[in-house]
Amino acid sequence: MSFLARFLRSPEGVAGLLLLACLLAMALLAPVLFPRDPLSIVGRPLIPPFADWSLPLGTDRLGRDVLAGLMHGARTSLLVGISAAVVALAAGAVIGTLAGFAAGWLDEALMRVVDAFQIVPPFLLALAFVSVVGASLPVIVLAIALGAWTGAARLARAEVLSIRERDYVAAARVIGMHPLEIAFKEVLPNALPPVLALTSVIVAGAVLTEAALSFLGLGDPNTVTWGSMIAEGRNVLRTAPFLSIVPGLGLVLTVLGVYLLGEGLVEALARKRRRQ
Amino acid sequence: MNRALKLVGRRAVSSIPVLLIVVVGTFFLLELASGDAVDAYLVSLGGGDAELARSLRESYGLDRSPLHRLWLYTSSLARLDLGWSVAFNRPILDLILERLPNTLWLMGSATAMAFALGTLLGILAGARPGSAADRVLSIGSLALYAVPSFWLGLVLSLIFAVQLRWFPTAGIETIASGKTGLDRALDISRHLVLPVCALGFIYLALFLRMMRAGMAEVWRQDFVLAARAKGLARSRIVLSHVARNALLPLVTMLGLQAATMLGGSVVIESVFAIPGFGRLAHEAVAARDAPLLMGIIVSSAVLVVLVNLLVDLAYAALDPRVGAGEPAS
Amino acid sequence: MTSLLAELRGLSVSYPTAGRTAFALREVHLDIAMGERLAIIGESGSGKTTLALALASILPPQARLAGRIDWPGLARAPVAGRDVGFVFQDPGSSLNPVMRIGEQVAEGARRHLGLGRSAGLERALSLLQRVRIPDPEAALRGYPHQFSGGQRQRIAIACAIAARPRLLIADEPTSALDMVVQAEIVRLLDGLVREEGMTLVFITHDIGLASGFADRIAVFRDGALVEAGATREILAKPAQAYTRSLIAAHIDFASPRLIEPA
Repeated sequence: MSFLARFLRSPEGVAGLLLLACLLAMALLAPVLFPRDPLSIVGRPLIPPFADWSLPLGTDRLGRDVLAGLMHGARTSLLVGISAAVVALAAGAVIGTLAGFAAGWLDEALMRVVDAFQIVPPFLLALAFVSVVGASLPVIVLAIALGAWTGAARLARAEVLSIRERDYVAAARVIGMHPLEIAFKEVLPNALPPVLALTSVIVAGAVLTEAALSFLGLGDPNTVTWGSMIAEGRNVLRTAPFLSIVPGLGLVLTVLGVYLLGEGLVEALARKRRRQ
Repeated sequence: MNRALKLVGRRAVSSIPVLLIVVVGTFFLLELASGDAVDAYLVSLGGGDAELARSLRESYGLDRSPLHRLWLYTSSLARLDLGWSVAFNRPILDLILERLPNTLWLMGSATAMAFALGTLLGILAGARPGSAADRVLSIGSLALYAVPSFWLGLVLSLIFAVQLRWFPTAGIETIASGKTGLDRALDISRHLVLPVCALGFIYLALFLRMMRAGMAEVWRQDFVLAARAKGLARSRIVLSHVARNALLPLVTMLGLQAATMLGGSVVIESVFAIPGFGRLAHEAVAARDAPLLMGIIVSSAVLVVLVNLLVDLAYAALDPRVGAGEPAS
Repeated sequence: MTSLLAELRGLSVSYPTAGRTAFALREVHLDIAMGERLAIIGESGSGKTTLALALASILPPQARLAGRIDWPGLARAPVAGRDVGFVFQDPGSSLNPVMRIGEQVAEGARRHLGLGRSAGLERALSLLQRVRIPDPEAALRGYPHQFSGGQRQRIAIACAIAARPRLLIADEPTSALDMVVQAEIVRLLDGLVREEGMTLVFITHDIGLASGFADRIAVFRDGALVEAGATREILAKPAQAYTRSLIAAHIDFASPRLIEPA
């Protein structure tokens, strides 16, 4: 049975895949369907949803199209979530491999740095970093990754410690490969799979952190995000709760989709292992 | 208790270099920002004279070398001097100590609620793996786990404060109510219900899922079969044997989540206008008060270390194997 | 033969797996006499552990049982713990790591003998003395990790006999222990069974170990009973080739002192 077939047997995984496919379609179609800047004013403020079919979800307090914001927001959420996860996983894998392979004082020092990052609340760190450096998408990605790489580093280090004593590593040593070359060509690729299993948790966390940052007004002011839409809608929470609730639902579905997909993948992998 | 204290002592000593790394890290962030703080302050005064700017820069040590500034910063932190908040015009330590109790109440209650309910529901789900209760709880917890806390806070306050008017929308207590004693405690707890739920539900889901998974693991162990062979009542098997062992990883998780939860309180305190530590961080960001923000980061790291020491103590009390090097007899 | 404790009639145990049913035990007819020491011999996968779990009525919930177990020696259907005590193979995993020894030994007695907390602990104390744990007073407050493997198995035996069961089942109780400790545990079980007038079902893969003290031997293979009979007869005149091969293997590789070549 192929991996895909095994994956398709898990209802969680399929549900997650469908959810994320819809969101991805929203994100990709946003500039096609709504080529105008979603921050531009298109009509009267606070048009309720389903009242005007040219603006199906109505407008916000400033007269901006809610549906356009929602779709462009999906773009930001997925973009930031995935980029932050890639940065965090890459940084964690490299630092963990270095620590595990170098051993000795370098390992000790790197692990204390990991400890230091783990005792600082990741959200506070992101908040401080963005507020000091200035809000823009790359900075936000970096700020989120700062609080998310430690788990990957610990896991990579543990894997490397178990791999470094194996035969093929010893063979590479014998033929005189440079230690760094061994670490990144022979060891890292083998240490990677369990680290990648962290992806769904990190992506989900990154999406939530980005939303919270922009909710507090620390997002990139030139991009629409679900967090900033919720914060905007909060000003009229009593009269137009819809404006905060809908982007929040978008967040819930995104994070849920990521978790479900991750669970389905883990399950499919576990089934494969049981078979072997 | 001796073995537990020894363990905690060891952990406390080993966290000193880690805290030092945090201090150096915040110093670098401060270096990136400190020019801004003086400028921001001057702007907030409506422009200032050169004399004031000079004296401010001097008080930050901006006229010295970076290494010297790092030394000044570290040594003043060691004396518990976190510096001066430009935005509030008060010592940073005073501000933090004033705000901290509210956050500790919020986090403590949220942790207690999440741990108690999460464990309980997890036991319910894990008592009969695969049962209807198990399925409902595990799907529900996964959904809850995906909900952003600040949005949950808004939705809860919309339903229970704005619509139903069961709870107040904001604040930690009724302002100028003149309440004292038990009345005041009740007033504060009424204010805390919604924020505690908003902050704690995600951890409730986490603990539920961990408890359920842990119990599934423990069910397969020999000592559970042994308990069945003893003919014990099912409730005793579930509680004393299965749940009791499945609880241990949750206690570890309490320590690991302390930092994340402290971060979460920043947003929740902003949603519910609770004058706590987290809202202070948001205010520091809004006022571009970098020294205050760094003071908050350093003290939150200290707080997380302290929470972890407490968790270590609790774990040692729950697991007799901790710190036992070799068999005693 | 004396009166019967249990009669197994056409006992089968199966587990439903994907598509078909896997039999762990097939059509077993076997009598267990009151007060006897019966050794069940078999290799792994022979169904001997399944038989033990079925006798103690602690089969996993998905197991399907066919045939009958009658208990003419008991007035009623047996209650786990009360009528049947069970000693597991590995005492390192069959004791709860975070429960005090006293509580673990006492809980079966409290459940079945209706003892209160302090009476239960008193019973636990006397049981720990019976199984010869050094300093039993202190052991009551101890945890499993503080004891050696052999001591843990003694504690597990104390747990199993806490409610004075009529039948004690020991499932490979010595195979996780070293040779010297093995002999001690077998001697302890033998003595307890004699003094308490219990019936012992001793499950092992080691025909040599079994022949040392069992009254009767039942040999199992692939879920079926190969043959059963008095120990001396089976050893002297095994009816089945499989039994002969077990005995031969034992003479070849293990301790030859048990059966002197004639």
